[in-house]
This record gives sequence, structure tokens and C-alpha cells, in this order.
Amino acid sequence: MRAIYVLCIRQLKRYVRSPARIIGSLGQPLIFLLALGFGIGAIFKRAGGGNYIDFIAPGIIAMAIMFTAVFSGIEIIWDRQFGFLKETLVAPVSRFEIAFGRVLGGAIVAMLQGFAAFILCLVIGFRVHDWLLVPVAIIFMFLFSLLFTSIGTAIGSVLQDMQGFPLVMNFLVMPLFFFSDALFPLQDLPKFMAGALLLNPVTYGVDGIRGSFSSAFAFHVATDFGVLLVLSAILLAIGSYLFSKIQL
Amino acid sequence: MSDMIVVQDLVKNYGNFCAVDHISFTVPEGKIFGFLGPNGAGKTTTIKMLTTILNPTSGFIRVNGHDPVHERKQVRRSFGIVFQDPSLDDELTALENMDLHGALYGVPRGERMKRAQTLLELVGLWDRRDDYVKQYSGGMKRRLEVARALLHRPRILFLDEPTIGLDPQTRNHIWGYIDKLSKEQNVTVFFTTHYMDEADRVAAECAVIDHGKIVAQDTPAALKQQTDSATLEDAFIALTGHAIREEEGNAVDRMRMMRAAWRGGRR
Repeated sequence: MRAIYVLCIRQLKRYVRSPARIIGSLGQPLIFLLALGFGIGAIFKRAGGGNYIDFIAPGIIAMAIMFTAVFSGIEIIWDRQFGFLKETLVAPVSRFEIAFGRVLGGAIVAMLQGFAAFILCLVIGFRVHDWLLVPVAIIFMFLFSLLFTSIGTAIGSVLQDMQGFPLVMNFLVMPLFFFSDALFPLQDLPKFMAGALLLNPVTYGVDGIRGSFSSAFAFHVATDFGVLLVLSAILLAIGSYLFSKIQL
Repeated sequence: MSDMIVVQDLVKNYGNFCAVDHISFTVPEGKIFGFLGPNGAGKTTTIKMLTTILNPTSGFIRVNGHDPVHERKQVRRSFGIVFQDPSLDDELTALENMDLHGALYGVPRGERMKRAQTLLELVGLWDRRDDYVKQYSGGMKRRLEVARALLHRPRILFLDEPTIGLDPQTRNHIWGYIDKLSKEQNVTVFFTTHYMDEADRVAAECAVIDHGKIVAQDTPAALKQQTDSATLEDAFIALTGHAIREEEGNAVDRMRMMRAAWRGGRR
């Protein structure tokens, strides 16, 4: 237990000590928010979709989380060769504890980054329907962070070097983000798109976050919660298992 | 005196390639043991198997009386290690790095701080304890790694090329600490190096490994005598030949190159 705790604290310290990184990784969400939010906002409104900033803000928060979380997992490749991770792999602590501590720390950091994106959205003009539901949104943000940190950990444990990184970004993270309800609503989509969206866990994560902020879920809140919880648990198990099998 | 490390018929195959080919050796308690060999000879692979992070293909290993495959925790508690590549957290302070290590090894908090102070004073870093490691020079980082490896009072200290990329002054200092520690605390030291003069100076005994096989094992003086050489370097060349080893670059080498390109230095 102590190992999990100290490894979490380590990641939090690293996070708060590099404000440059926090602000730097808000750049991409900011561009999406400004360009899409204001660029497509007018058409979206004319089509009867309502306020587009309010619509995409949760998607942008999810994006900030996904990138931070997956990256924190991929960092394992580097960290196990040139960083502190190597030191933990020879410590008399079970690999599962180390994996769990690292995933948990990474997930908390990703959630904080999502929260930073949330504040950015508020500054741009995002409105929260019911502030009492913000804690629910935070729970969704955490589960979503846990899911993607686990995915990143699983990938980072298997890949041998950083050359696979663009592959992961372009063929996993980007499609998951774009083929979800992050940027457009579920209604009136071509059949294959609707199918893809329903199979994509990001859809449920974004719906959970969006639903909590707007008090209107596309699915039932329990569906979003259940899907995220079950998938996070499965991927956490897979990620920890693959991590425990790392040989240097 | 008992043997701290016992290795018999150890083999590691990667597919068809035999990285470590039926090697056997023993390291007595309290001795400084040099493990020498050209690039790609199997030094690091052997250290990895001794330190539980790589499973052998076959063979017998005992580290402090325990089996690294089936008694990982006991083995891990027995040794401290300084890896070839850095393993500090650059964004924590030196003291935080020490503290984290102590916590992972289950050293009680108060004791942790006391030992950290003693060790940091020993390697001359106590005054810089609250600086971030990223502000340290390569030599300071190495000294910190040596200090950290000893925090949980291991019986064995593994050093994989501990002085690579360091200037002679720093190398000299680091070996001074290690020599002193091994004598004062009866710590067994197992190290690899490319610098034969270092091995000649500090090692009580050396094994020379080449192409995965141990080609000689004796005191530095006996190795020189045996090959009729003036220096250990000449003895090493006599034992392993003049051919430059063409190692195939693997994933780790590629990352090392990337890292060197970014930071403009080896460490």
C-alpha cells in the first residue's frame, strides 16, 4: 500500500512542479475550442443544436484527459530505461502495486489536466447548468482518466521504443476521439457512424461528463457509469498484468 | 567466508542468439568483483539475471542464498544497484529521491532520514540535498545513485558501468567511496566497466567474459601474469582479441542516441 501511495505522490509532485507543461498541454484544447467552438458555432445554432461551446466543452475536456492519460502510460517506455521506473522494478515491491500506483497517479494527473481544461472552457464562455452536478462530472472525469491511463500503461508495457508512439496516437487515440460524440451529437448520423460511436467508450465518457454539466444525458447516467467502470476495471487489470511482465 | 553470489551453468538465449553461454562463477562475501568484457559480451545481460529483472533460459543462480527467479523479494532486498542508464527522478530533489527509495524498501521514516543524511554526507551531496536532480552534473547524479543504492543496507552492490562518461577526478572519487563502503560495511561489490585501470585498482578478482563465455577469472595480478602483460588492458586484449565488436543497435541503443541528441551528453 505504501508503494502505491508514494508513487502517486511522486506523480502529483511532478505535475504541480511543471506549470509550463500544464499550460503547454492546454494549447491543443484551446485551439479546438476557439476554432470549432466559434467557427462552427453559428451553423450549429442555425441548425437548432443550441450553443456549440456548451456542446463541445465536455468533448474538449475529454480530449485533454485522453492525451494526458495515454501519454502518461507511454512514458513507461522512456521511464523504464532512463528514469525512475527502473529503480522501482528492482525494489522489493510487487509489480502490481507499482503498476497500480503509477496508473492511479497518472489518472489523477490526467483528471487534474481535465479540470484545467474545464476552467479554460469556463473562461471561453462554457456554462454549467447545475453546479451541484459538478462532483458527478469529476467522478466521470476520473473514471475516464483511469480508463485511458490503463490503456496507455498496457501499450507502454508492450512497446519497445518510442517509434510506436505516432502509431498509437494516429490509429488509436485520434480515431477514438473523432469517432465519438465529442464534437457532434449522436442523432441523425449515417448508420456506420452511429454504430462506431456506440462501440466507442469515449462516447460514454463524454456523455457522462456532458450530461453532468448540462443535466441532459444522451444515455442513462447509469449506462455511462457502468460502461466506464467495467472497462476501466478490465483495462486496469490488463495494463497491470502486462506491466508486471516487463523484462528489461 | 561464504559466497554471496553463486552462478552455475547460466544460459540466456534470445531466439538463436546465445547472449550468455554456460557461465559459472562465485563472488565471496565482502569482495569487490570486476566483470569485464567487450561491448555485447553479455555483462549487462548477466547483471539483469542476477538482479531479477530478466529470467534466465537455464542455469543456477544464488544471490545472498536466494534464487532470483523464485525468491524475487528476498533477492531484491539483498542488493542495491546503480544501472548503466540513469534511474533518478530528475524532477525531485536529491533528498526526495532518497526518501522514495527508503519508502519502497520499507525503511521506517525516521531511520530513512538519518541514513539519507549519513550517505549524502559521505558522497558530498548533503549541502545540495534540496536541489532538483535535473540541476546536478553527471558525476553528482552518479554519486547520488550510489548513495541511494545503499540506503536499505544491501549486502551486495551492483554497479553497471558506474563511471561511464565521467572525468577522471569524479571516477576517482566514486571508486574511493565504493572502496571505503565495501570495507566499512562489508558490502560485496559486483561491477562492470570498460576502464581496465579502474578494475586493476579496485577489484580483488575479475572475470573476463567474451561472446557470452567466461574466458578467464582471477586476480588482476594473476591475469596480467598469465598473459604476460604489463597492464590489465593488455591482458584484456590478449584474452578477448583485437576485433572491434559490431553490435546490432537495438531499441535501447536507439533511445540512448535520441537522449544524447536532446541533452548533448551521455548522462
